[in-house]
Amino acid sequence: MTPDVGSGLLLSLYEQMAVIRGTEQAAHDLFLAGLVKGTTHLAAGHEAVAVGSSAALEPDDYVFATYRGHHHAMARGASPAECLAELMSKATGVCKAKGGSMHLTKAAVGMLGSYAIVGAHLPLAAGAAWSARLRGTSQVAVAFFGDGATNIGAFHEALNLASVWALPVLFICENNQYMEYTPIGSVTAADHPAADRAASYRLPAEVIDGNDVVAVADAVGRAATRARSGGGPTVLEAQTYRHFGHSRTDPATYRPQGELERWLEYDPLVVARRRLTDLGVAEGDITAVTARAAQTVADAVAEAKAAPDADPAEAFTDVWADGGCQWRT
Amino acid sequence: MADMITYREAVAEGLAREMRRDPSVVCLGEDIGAAGGVFKTTAGLFAEFGPERVRDTPISELAIVGMAMGAAMTGIRPVAEIMFSDFLACCWDYLANEIPKMRYMTGGQVSVPLVVRTANGGGLGFGAQHSQAVENWALAIPGLKIAAPSTPADVIGLLAAAIRTDDPVVFFEHKGLFASRGEAAPDGHVVPLGQAAVARPGSDITVVALAATVPIALAAAEELATSGIQAEVIDLRCLVPLDMATVLASVGRTSRLLIVEENPYQGGWGGTVASIVADEGFELLDAPIRRVAAACVPLPFADALEDEVIPTTAKVTGALRALLAY
Repeated sequence: MTPDVGSGLLLSLYEQMAVIRGTEQAAHDLFLAGLVKGTTHLAAGHEAVAVGSSAALEPDDYVFATYRGHHHAMARGASPAECLAELMSKATGVCKAKGGSMHLTKAAVGMLGSYAIVGAHLPLAAGAAWSARLRGTSQVAVAFFGDGATNIGAFHEALNLASVWALPVLFICENNQYMEYTPIGSVTAADHPAADRAASYRLPAEVIDGNDVVAVADAVGRAATRARSGGGPTVLEAQTYRHFGHSRTDPATYRPQGELERWLEYDPLVVARRRLTDLGVAEGDITAVTARAAQTVADAVAEAKAAPDADPAEAFTDVWADGGCQWRT
Repeated sequence: MADMITYREAVAEGLAREMRRDPSVVCLGEDIGAAGGVFKTTAGLFAEFGPERVRDTPISELAIVGMAMGAAMTGIRPVAEIMFSDFLACCWDYLANEIPKMRYMTGGQVSVPLVVRTANGGGLGFGAQHSQAVENWALAIPGLKIAAPSTPADVIGLLAAAIRTDDPVVFFEHKGLFASRGEAAPDGHVVPLGQAAVARPGSDITVVALAATVPIALAAAEELATSGIQAEVIDLRCLVPLDMATVLASVGRTSRLLIVEENPYQGGWGGTVASIVADEGFELLDAPIRRVAAACVPLPFADALEDEVIPTTAKVTGALRALLAY
């Protein structure tokens, strides 16, 4: 159901977004310090999509995210410390340091994975929605994906079959305007890469303000209600922007001058602060929450740094259901 | 005499037994519902279990296997049918990148208890895109279990084990065996994954086979028996788990090994079996390990050409005689 976002809830959503923003900045800094290896795909700028959606979902709903998925893991309930520990190859990582930045997962809170093959998880979300119907629950499943995923086959196969089977699944596109290094508009035969395709699968769609946590919660709440009542899937296209480049190695020099600055003026935290002020929340209260978020992040960084490194023996666990890796006798 | 059943009927029977036992078992695939499957391997299931548990899908392999995976992660035991194993290439991402890695890369948080069934192999003249034996594709990926039965009873018993395990299983049904007959399986029949069967005992040479190469190896063994040579034929039944204990024990008795596989020699599963025997059983051998595998060309259409490429009884008999003469 669409939550009634009063000042108390909005302040809480603002704090969650601030924690995610701070954690993403910390991940960036820890990488530069040599404490995070591999790569990262930071979601700074996308926080409102994750936090607004989570506010509108039930605890037992399912969420499937992409390799740019730190914000979804944390919005769903993974702690900043266990996420950073995962990035830092620590034993306390949310996936025991066997997944890494691109695969944050916390099944206990319905965060069923971050997928690094573009578009692959859309059919998974449809399958989880089918499962909910088979088991007679009122759960919905949500697939979050980027604008780049809308040109891959799995997107189209998932939308078609989810529509035909009227499954309780939400397809939420985080349109950050770029497919990796390429403007999405230059490689896509649609103005709105997700929303414009929905009609061809007889699905309703909305283009929403992905930087306004209240607008996201409202749209996701309505779509989830519709899905739970047997109304089938909805496609939402949330307009947003990533502050960093595509991945760690991308300085994003392809962006026109001034574009980032314009989006920073309409950043999810800026928008939420403006709404809080409009609701009459005192500046001091906002500042206090901002400071608390910063402390949460600092504590998480300290906790992750202090954690033990991954145990090399873990390389040989968790392949099979018996916990081991034996493939022959 | 025990009841006889075809391999084709055994697939539907094996599925029905598990669906009756466990309401979380569901099937999905192209034309598997009222049509009963293009190979009639799901005949009768739609009538007994209804359209929600026996779901027809579009020609949409990504959605079939992807949805099966999502359902398997959330409390359902799906059995997805990919009509021809060649089409696994259309959804290979799920078999290569998603399904086998899920438990591992989440640190054990998520299981994917599903079965992907598929009609595999040649001998029916379907040409290069509908005849391949591709069990070696799956063998290249750690994290997938692989079953490939050769008899109707094993179809039922291995299907039961595949559906009940919390690990993902690729289940190769051989097209060339669908019409073959064998003894029906008793109620509750389960063949544990990873236990090879000695299909024919013998003391002179070991022949390791799988699926349709088992009857070929048995026919070759019978031919040699007329010359007083006793070949032991081992039906691997599964590639993962791979029962090398049974193979090595047999080679210990016979000191000679021939591997008969339908997938291509290049990258075929016999290479893995041979390397383990060379590594762990070198001193058991009195002759080189030999492999009869498909030639390294695409599968041709005409029977006369296809027979040149895939294993035949004559090729196996010839290879056995050559090895015994070594």
